[in-house]
Parts: sequence; structure tokens; C-alpha cells
Amino acid sequence: METKTIQKQLETQPTTERLTGSEAIVRCLLAEGVKTLYGYPGGAIMPVYDELYKYQDKIHHVLTRHEQGATHAAQGYARISGEVGVAIATSGPGATNLITGIADAQIDSTPLVCITGQVASHLLGSDAFQETDIVGISTPVTKWNHQITKASEIPEVMAKAFYIARSGRPGPVLIDITKDAQFEEFDFSYQKCTAVRSYKAVPEVDETSLHAAAEIINNAKKPLIVWGQGVILGKAEAEFKAFIEKAGIPSAWTIMGVSAIPTEHPLNVGMVGMHGNYAPNKLTNECDVLIAIGMRFDDRVTGNLATYAKQAKVIHFEIDPAEVDKNVKTDVAVLGDAKVNLAKILPLIQKKEHPIWRRAFDDLYAIEYEKVIKNDLHPTKEGLTMGEVLKEINKQSNGEAAIVSDVGQHQMIACRYANFKQTKSNITSGGLGTMGFGLPAAIGAKMAAPEREVVCICGDGGYQMTIQELGTIFQQKAAVKIVVLNNDFLGMVRQWQQLFFDKRYASTEMTNPDFVAIAKGYYLNARRVTRRDELAEAVQEMMQSKEAYFLEVCVEKEDNVFPMIPTGASVSDIRLA
Amino acid sequence: MEQESKLFTVSVYTENNIGLLNRISAIFQRRHINIESINSSVCEIEGVSRWTLVVNLSEEQMKKIIGQIEKQVEVIKAYYHTEEETVYQESCLFKLRSDLLFDGSEIQNLIIENNARIVTVNKQFFVIEKSGRKEEIELLYRELSVFGIMQFTRSGRIAVSKEEMKISEILAVFQ
Repeated sequence: METKTIQKQLETQPTTERLTGSEAIVRCLLAEGVKTLYGYPGGAIMPVYDELYKYQDKIHHVLTRHEQGATHAAQGYARISGEVGVAIATSGPGATNLITGIADAQIDSTPLVCITGQVASHLLGSDAFQETDIVGISTPVTKWNHQITKASEIPEVMAKAFYIARSGRPGPVLIDITKDAQFEEFDFSYQKCTAVRSYKAVPEVDETSLHAAAEIINNAKKPLIVWGQGVILGKAEAEFKAFIEKAGIPSAWTIMGVSAIPTEHPLNVGMVGMHGNYAPNKLTNECDVLIAIGMRFDDRVTGNLATYAKQAKVIHFEIDPAEVDKNVKTDVAVLGDAKVNLAKILPLIQKKEHPIWRRAFDDLYAIEYEKVIKNDLHPTKEGLTMGEVLKEINKQSNGEAAIVSDVGQHQMIACRYANFKQTKSNITSGGLGTMGFGLPAAIGAKMAAPEREVVCICGDGGYQMTIQELGTIFQQKAAVKIVVLNNDFLGMVRQWQQLFFDKRYASTEMTNPDFVAIAKGYYLNARRVTRRDELAEAVQEMMQSKEAYFLEVCVEKEDNVFPMIPTGASVSDIRLA
Repeated sequence: MEQESKLFTVSVYTENNIGLLNRISAIFQRRHINIESINSSVCEIEGVSRWTLVVNLSEEQMKKIIGQIEKQVEVIKAYYHTEEETVYQESCLFKLRSDLLFDGSEIQNLIIENNARIVTVNKQFFVIEKSGRKEEIELLYRELSVFGIMQFTRSGRIAVSKEEMKISEILAVFQ
């Protein structure tokens, strides 16, 4: 490997030991503080599994039921803990099955290290059994990847992998290790990586841009903050809260950013984007200053860019220079770590209240409540709504649960209505929109934070994409609470078919199995609810269970998620029905 | 809103690692942009590779893509330049039948006029090398094609910028 890494200078030279490559891999994981990893064995990774067997009292390997589940579980682990998630698989299909999770981690900036076995180096390129070019395949969806063919490369490459995965804007790294390198013996010693020559993890603080941003903020009459996951990834929650409270600025979140401050915070004005709240979407096009913090102006957030916040001066706090001016032109970019920059701007900011401007949000919330929220949370019709299930979970968990959601209507409802009191509590697939993410991600979240209540909200479609992970839940005794909001439809696609394709429900109706019987087949406590009068008691039973619990709630089949910004429309054209 | 597209020369300084070609070309592929030419070589700094790409796109797109290239872990620095901002050359080889060389002086005159040179001659064929800009090479190609070209190949562009690219200073920060 040509790349120069700068490794921690230890006072004493580390002692070397004669180890095989496979044992070295496990020792590297231990040196990086890995306690749990998720994976699936197979031919080309067997030497490493043999070492995992030997080290099982120090490092816990979780056998998932599919390699995709291993990556999502590792993502759930990373998202709730802020640590690097680790997944491991064999070559060929084992490796390709990781790709969806890796792509998900790439777009949602989740730190992952994925280890794949590879055929022996003399077989590379020979179309050997279970050979696939996983480095080539994973290149566009990894922050970095590398193939190891010699055991002596292992310590440096593994140290670099963890450093790259967790530093700067985090992301997934894949390390592919040939089987002969796993068997080969070499003199092992380990030093953590602290820098890579060609890679600048965090841009330097720029005082000029901080002062320029502060001046714009101090002169703003109608400022709006939109924050994203950068606040959470940067561990900048306290600095963020101090900043918004001093500046008195209404603050809206992307689905990746929610829970950075409590739901009940008076300056929290809700969610932006396609199914976000009415007020922050509408007022994006009325604010005079838009302050984006650790978010990337995803198209689901901005709607039509040509009509997005054109009247506003835009300030962008961002760690990744490539995100600046990518979608929205900024007036001032404040590059760097959110925690550092928000702390530095605080003394430059004047204390403000903006009472009239803040009332505008309350007024629009009242409209949304009347037209949408009231019907979602306090329905008068017979069928159950997804919203009232969330309301019940909020009530019974006291807003302290971590909510893991899958992708679709239930996800939007979960993000809109879940109450959060602590950070890193909303785990969902934001950028990639990966159906099947929820169930395995919940396993990882529960294992990383066993003291926390983890509630997994799924739809009947996405749940069946990774339903086999019920086996992992059962085997690991992971006390995940699973709620399937069953409308017997691929609900979000059906909603679009209703609104934009004249109700031609092409392949969205699901003939579903007996979900309770399936859960019971995995020896889980399980229950089905079809009537409103059973809901509170069923949710209570679930929340009080010390073990995993499956709850199916049969909801109204053709409910829609509103508000909605149709694709290509402006955020201010958000529809309430 | 749509900006006019034009040719840009992209210079990328990188570590010399396997797979980087894939990583850089994927950035263009993903955006449905064709790479007109690509060249990889050593550069003025030991252990550092230099890529020279020619692409046809808008400056707006170009700026964003430079950001995406620089974001790659093993990329040290990336630059883009317009045609006016670089000094650039391409090289090409023509393989022709040897008898043409001795049937009159036409080909010999073309070689002199075009500032080309003969690399090798044997009984069957001879090879002409020409370095220059694309248009010069295309002109020579047209002039030689009447005689029948057995083989022709042209290299990708290599270019140096008129402005300074302070790679050593950037690298020094990392050391």
C-alpha cells in the first residue's frame, strides 16, 4: 500500500507477535474497541471465523440470517452508539449481499467497516468458485475500499479503515482479504491511524466565514434553521441547542436530524420535506435567512430547486466541501465540524426572540393540525390510523424509546409523530430509502443500547424483505419491539398510484401471511390488533414485555400521508389533502 | 440556466493505488458524462500520480465534479482548466507501408512540414510519430490517409497548467 498513514507515536515500540492473518484481523478489531460484529460465514472467510470462535469471550459475533441483515444491523449499532459498525461476510454472494447496506451507509454517512473474504490470490480473476470483484463492485458506494493479499498489510489497512470510516463525514469502508492472506503468518503489531496523507477529514475553521455568517444572522428578521444528521454525527447537540436558543430561531429538521433536540423544544418547528410539516415548508419560501446545519439539501427536502428559498440568504454549516453549492447556492459556507463552529459562533450572535416570526409557525401549525394531524391522531372513522399507533407508543414509552423505522408511509408517520427526548433516537434509511432496513437495524440498535427501549416500526411490505431476521432476534434474545402497521398494500407506492396514476394499483396490493403465526414460529410473543379499543392495552403489553414482542396493527388500507409536496413542486405548494 | 458545455482539462494528483481509476471514472459515469481522454503518469513528486482527463461539460458541473473527486480519500488535489489556461499536447503513431517512403518524396515532405519524425523503418512498414495538438494530428491523418494507413493510434492529452499547482505545499501539510 502506497498511501502514507500517520500512526500514533507510541512511547515504547509495540512488541510484535507471530500471528496468522486471520488472527490479526480479530486482534485489529479488538484494538479498535469492537465488541460486537454482524455477519455470515462461508468458505473464503472461514479462517477468520475460526479465530472468532477462539476469541468469542472477547468479541461477540452475531449470526444474521442474510448478509444484508448484517450490514443493516451494523448500521443500527452505529447509529445509536456513534461507534463504527462492523459486518463480515464471505466472498462472492456473501459480499454482494452486503452492497445494499453499504450503499445505504454511504448516502446516510454511517460509519461501517465491512470485511469480506476473497478467493486465494493466485485464483484472482480466474472465475473461481464464489469469486466476485467486490472491490470493483463496492467502489461507487464506499468511502474507501481495499484488497489485502498479504498478511503483513493487515494492521495498517485495518487501522486506516477504522480511521476513515469514523473521521470527518463518516461512511462505509470495505476491506477484502484473500484466503491465503488469512492463513499467512507474519509479525503483528498494531498502531491506530490518526491521519492519512491525501485525506483531510475536517476542514479548518475559517473565522472570516463565521463572522460573515454571524453578521447575516444578527441582521435577520425572519431566520429559519434546517438541521440534519450532521448535528448528531458531530456530537454537537448541546452547541446546537445553545445556538438556537440564543438566536431565537425557529428550527426544522430533516428525518436524519430529528432527535438532536427534544421534540417538545419550543423552537422545534417540525420536519421539512416531502411529507414534512406545513409551517417549515411554507415558510422556507418566506424566511430572509436560511441556515442549514449538517444537511445536504436532498431533493426530498427541497422540492423544486428553482423555487426553493430564492428570497433567502443561505448559510451552510457543512463538514464536506463537496456539499457546498451542490444543490443550493450558499451566500456563506461555514466549513468544518458542527460542534466546533457552533461553539465558535455563539459569542458572535446577538440574543433575539423573533416573536412575530415564530407566531407564523404556530398559525400554520394550527391549519395543519385541523386538516391533517387531528385526523391522524384522533380519528373519528372506524379504521385504525398509523398516527394513532405512534401516539400510543409515545404515551406508553414516555417518548424515551428509540424508534427504528423501515421505508414507506409508516416511516413518514413515525418520523412525523414520534416523540423524542434524547439524541440518536430515530434510526431510519433516509437517503437510500431501503425497504427491509428496519428489522435488522433494530437488532443492532438494541444490542448497542440494551438499556434502551427499541421499537421497530415496519410496513407489511418492507418487513417481509428481511423477515428472516426474526431468527436472529430469537437466537440473540434481542428484546426488540416490532410493530407492523399492516394495510395489505405497498402503501406509499399505492398513494402515488392513487394521486398520480388514476388509482391503477399495479402490483401494490399484498396478500399477506399470518404475521402473528410467523412470529410465534420464531417463539416470539405476538399479537394482532384490529380494533381501536384493543390498541392501548396491546401497546402496553408490548412495552412491558422484557423480551422481544411482535405486534401487528391492521390499519386502514387506503390512508394517505399528508402533507405532501408532489415531485417537482415547490415547497410552498405543499398539499394538505 | 443551463450553462454552455466546453472542454476542460482536469488534473488530479493522487496516491498511486490500485482501483483509483475505477473510483475516478465512476464519478463521471454516474453523471452520464463521457471522458474524452485520460492519461495517468508519474509527476514531479515521487510516489504521486497525476491524471489528466479531458471532459466536455458545463463549468457548473465541472466545479461539482472536482469537489467529488477531491473528496476521494486517495486524491490529494484536483484542478480544472480551460483550453486557454493550459499547455497541452497529444502524441500519435502512424504505421504505413515502407514502399510509400521510396515512391517519390511526398511522404518525406509531409513529415518535414508537419514536424513529425520517423521512429522505425523496416522492409514491410515504417512508423511516424507526431506530437502536437489534436487539430495538427487530425490534419496529418487526413494527409496520410490518401496513402493508406495500416495502423493509427493517438494518446490521451497531457497538459501542464500555466498557473502554479502547489502540490508540494499541500503534501507538506500532511507530512
